[in-house]
Amino acid sequence: MSSVSPAAAPPTPAGPPSTGPARTTVFGVSLNIRQSGIYIAFALIVVLFTILTEGALLQPQNISNIIVQNSYILILSIGMILIIIAGHIDLSVGSVVAVTGAIAAVLMVDYGIPWPVALVLTLIAGGLIGAWQGFWIAYFGIPAFIVTLAGMLLFRALTLTVLGNQGIGPFPDPVRTLSNGFTDGYFGNIGLGVLGGADIFSLLVGVLVVGGMALSQWRTRTARLGYRQAVDPLPVFLLKIVTAAAVIMFVVVQLARFRNLPWVLVLLAVLVLAYSLVTTRAVFGRQVYAIGGNLQAAVLSGIKVKQVVFWIFVNMGVLAALAGVIFAGRLNQAGPTAGNAFELDAIAAAFIGGAAVQGGVGKVVGAITGGLIMGVINNGMSLIGSPSERVMLVKGVVLLAAVAFDVWAKRRAAR
Amino acid sequence: MTSQGDILRMQEITKTFPGVRALQDVNLSVRRGEIHAICGENGAGKSTLMKVLSGVYPHGSYEGEISFDGQECRFAGIRDSEQRGIVIIHQELALCPQLSIAENIFLGNERSRRGLIDWNRTNHEAQTLLDRVGLPENPVTTVSDIGVGKQQLVEIAKALSKEVRLLILDEPTAALNDEDSAHLLDLLRGLRAEGITCVIISHKLNEIAAIADRVTILRDGRSIETLDMDADDVTEDRIISGMVGRDLEHRYPPHEPSIGEEAFRIEDWTVHSPVQRDRVVVSNAALSVRHGEIVGLAGLMGAGRTELAMSVFGRSYGVDVSGRVYRDGKQVEIRNVRDAIGHGIAYATEDRKRYGLNLIEDIKRNISAADLGRLARRGWVDDNEEYRVAEGYRHDMNIKAPSVLSVTGKLSGGNQQKVVLSKWIFTDADVLILDEPTRGIDVGAKYEIYSIINRLADSGKAVLVISSELPELLGLCDRIYTMSAGHITGELPRHEATQERLMTLMTTLTTKDATR
Repeated sequence: MSSVSPAAAPPTPAGPPSTGPARTTVFGVSLNIRQSGIYIAFALIVVLFTILTEGALLQPQNISNIIVQNSYILILSIGMILIIIAGHIDLSVGSVVAVTGAIAAVLMVDYGIPWPVALVLTLIAGGLIGAWQGFWIAYFGIPAFIVTLAGMLLFRALTLTVLGNQGIGPFPDPVRTLSNGFTDGYFGNIGLGVLGGADIFSLLVGVLVVGGMALSQWRTRTARLGYRQAVDPLPVFLLKIVTAAAVIMFVVVQLARFRNLPWVLVLLAVLVLAYSLVTTRAVFGRQVYAIGGNLQAAVLSGIKVKQVVFWIFVNMGVLAALAGVIFAGRLNQAGPTAGNAFELDAIAAAFIGGAAVQGGVGKVVGAITGGLIMGVINNGMSLIGSPSERVMLVKGVVLLAAVAFDVWAKRRAAR
Repeated sequence: MTSQGDILRMQEITKTFPGVRALQDVNLSVRRGEIHAICGENGAGKSTLMKVLSGVYPHGSYEGEISFDGQECRFAGIRDSEQRGIVIIHQELALCPQLSIAENIFLGNERSRRGLIDWNRTNHEAQTLLDRVGLPENPVTTVSDIGVGKQQLVEIAKALSKEVRLLILDEPTAALNDEDSAHLLDLLRGLRAEGITCVIISHKLNEIAAIADRVTILRDGRSIETLDMDADDVTEDRIISGMVGRDLEHRYPPHEPSIGEEAFRIEDWTVHSPVQRDRVVVSNAALSVRHGEIVGLAGLMGAGRTELAMSVFGRSYGVDVSGRVYRDGKQVEIRNVRDAIGHGIAYATEDRKRYGLNLIEDIKRNISAADLGRLARRGWVDDNEEYRVAEGYRHDMNIKAPSVLSVTGKLSGGNQQKVVLSKWIFTDADVLILDEPTRGIDVGAKYEIYSIINRLADSGKAVLVISSELPELLGLCDRIYTMSAGHITGELPRHEATQERLMTLMTTLTTKDATR
C-alpha cells in the first residue's frame, strides 16, 4: 500500500547532524558569557558602589577591611564549591566554625598549648568532623542535606557544651595577627608621588605575583600551542593578562599605602592557587567533576565515588576549622554564636560564582568572586548607610538573579 | 478489513522522530471483545504505536487516523484516551510504592466528597476491584509490601476502576514468574468473558499462542500482517517468520577474522534481581570469547543480557551474584569496576546518556574518564597529553566535532557512541563488552561503528556484542549466543545462524528451571 501522506517523501536526513562551525561559534560565545559573566558582574558592582560611595569603597583602608572581614567566608566557599561540584551540600559549616573556634580557644587559652600545636590539633579536629559527616554521606548513603543539617545542630550543641554561655579568650598574639594583622614593613617605605608613602615589601610581593602569573600563563599558552590546541589570539591574551595585572597591582598599591598586606590575604592567595590547581589539574579534582556531572557514568568508569565524596567532606572540615580559628582570632575570643549562618553565605558565594545546582560545574575562582560580590555589597551598602534589611534584600535578589542567569544561559546553549 | 465488530481501527499511522521513522503506514484493527496480540522485535514500533493510541503522542504529532467505537479520536493526552475507556498498562509499573493499594487504584481519580477523600468508599470499592482481579490482599496494604506479580494485578484493578473498554498491556508478564504469569493470563480470559477488549504486547510467543484470538505483527515500523490464531492455524514458528522475514537492509563491512586463544570465559554465572531478591535474572550462564573474535549475545527485552554484562563488569548490577570469571585461562576475582578495568574488561553501556557519558563535559574529559591515572604523574593530570590523546581518537574514530573541547551533550548519537568506544579503548581493555553499540544512531554511523569493531577484533581484542538487531549480529559476529529468561539457550557459529533459528532460541522457555 502506498503512502497517502504528502510528507512521506523525504528520506532520513543525509549524513549525521554535524556540529557546524556557526552553531559552535554561537555556543562558544554563550559559553563564554556563562563563564565570564560573573567577573563582568563583579566589575559592574564595584563601579556602581564606587560611584555611590563617592570613591570610599576603593580607599586603602576599606579594601583592607573588605578582605579581612570576608576572609573566613571565602575560605569556607573554597571547600563548599568542591562539595557543590560533586552534587552535595554542607549546611553544617557555620557550626563547625564555632566548635573548632571553641576547641582552639580551649587548647590555647585554657590549656596553654603552644599555638602552632594547637592550630594543627584544631585542623585535625575539623578533619575528624568532616570524616564523621563524610562517613554517613558516602558510605551510609544518607543525603548530605540531612547529615549536615544534623551536624549543624550537633556541633552547635557541642560548642555550647564546651563554652557554656560565654566566650573564651584572649588568643595568643600570633593567632590574632594571622586573622587581623599585616605584614611588617621589612624594607621600609617608598614615596609614590601624590599617593604618598607605600610599603616596599608589599609592592615587591605584588610585582612578583603579577610576574609569576604572567609567566605561568605564557608558559601554559606556549605548551598548548606546542600541542596545536586552540588558544586566545595574542592581543586577547595580553589584554587579559594586563587587566588581571592592573587589578592586582591596584589592590596591592592601596594596601601598601595603608598597613601593608593582611596575613589572611596571603593565606587566601595560597589556598586559591592550591585549590585551583587541584580542581583543574589533579586526578582527584577531575573525579569530583565527573561525579557531579554524571554519577552513574562515574561509577561505571571505575571512579571510587564513595572515597572521593568522603574526602571532600574531610577537606571541608579542615577548611572550616581554619576559618574557625581565624574568626575566633579576629574577635579575640571563641563565642557560642560564632559562625551563625556562615553556611548560607558560603553556599550563596558558590552559586553566585557560577556553580550549577545539579553539580558538575563550578570554579574555585568563581566561588571567591561570588563571595567578594556579597562582601562588596555588604560593605558598600553599609558605607552609604543602608539598613541591614535592605542589604539582605539586595543579597537575596543577587543570588536569585545569578542562578536564574545560569539556568537561562544553559537553556539557551541547549537550543 | 472493515469488520462491523471492530472496536478500534488505526489507519495509516506514521510517526517520525528527528531522523528516525518509528512507524510507517501502520494499520491495526481490533475486534470487540477479543484478545489481540502485537508481536515484533525490539524496536519494531510496538510501544510507539501504543503511545500514539493512548495519546502520549498527541493528535497532530503523527499522521493517520484512529477511530474508536466508530468515532474518530483526536487525543491531546492520556486523560482524553482514558475518558473513552482506553487504558494502557506500561511495562514499568506506574505505581507509587509508598501508597496503599487503594490509594494507587484511585490515584488521579479519587473517590471524594466536597474535596475530601471518602476513605470508606475508596477502600470498599478497592476491595471489590481486588476481588474481581483475584487478589487476596487488604486495600490498605502498602504497594511496596506486595510482590511484582501482585502489583501487576493492582495495575489492572486500577484500569478496571476507570471503566476500561480497551485494556492495553505492554509486556505484562516480562517481570513475572510462571505462576504469576499463568494467573494473569487467566484473569485476561475472565475479562474477555466480561466483554473487555485487550491488546497485549508480548515477547513470550507461547503465551500469545495460548491466549490471543488474533495477532498483528510489526516489523521495522510497519504492520506486516494480522493472523487469526484459530482460522490460520498459527504456530509460534509462523509468528517468528513474520517477525524476522526481512531483507538485510544494512550493509556490513567485510571481515576475515583471525581468532586466537580464549580471552574471557564465565561459568555458572547467576544473578538475582536487586529489587526482588528471590528472582533469578541470570541463571547458570556460561560463555566464552576468544582473542580476535566477535561474539554476539542475542535476546529479547528482559532476557537478562545487560544484567549479565553489568554483573560481570564489577558487580554493577544485581545481588547474590555467583559464578566464575576467567581471563586468558586464569580465574580472576572481580569485586568492583576498578577490578574489572584492571583485568582488562570494558563495558560500553546501552544507555550512553544515562550511564556512559558526562554530557556537560567535553570530549577530551570523557575519553580520559575511565583511566585518568595513565595521563597523570603523582596525581597531577598532564592536560596537554590528554588533549593529544583525545585528538588522536577524534581523528582515528572520525568523531565529527570541531575539537575535543566540544561538549559531548551536543554531539549526535553516532559521535557520542564513538566517544564512549574511545573511552574504553583508551583503558587498553582486552575484552570489550558492547551493549547495543548502534542503538539510536543512523545507518552511516552504524557502518563506521561496525568497522571500528572489526578493527578492534583484528588487533586481538575479544569483543562481546549485545544487540537486539538480529541482522546486525548475523552481519558482524563470528559466533552468537542466545539468551531467554535468564538462561543461555543456544550457541551458533555464524554459518549456522539464521534469523529464524536465533529467534526460536530467543523465545524458547525450554530450560525447565532446575533450581525450582
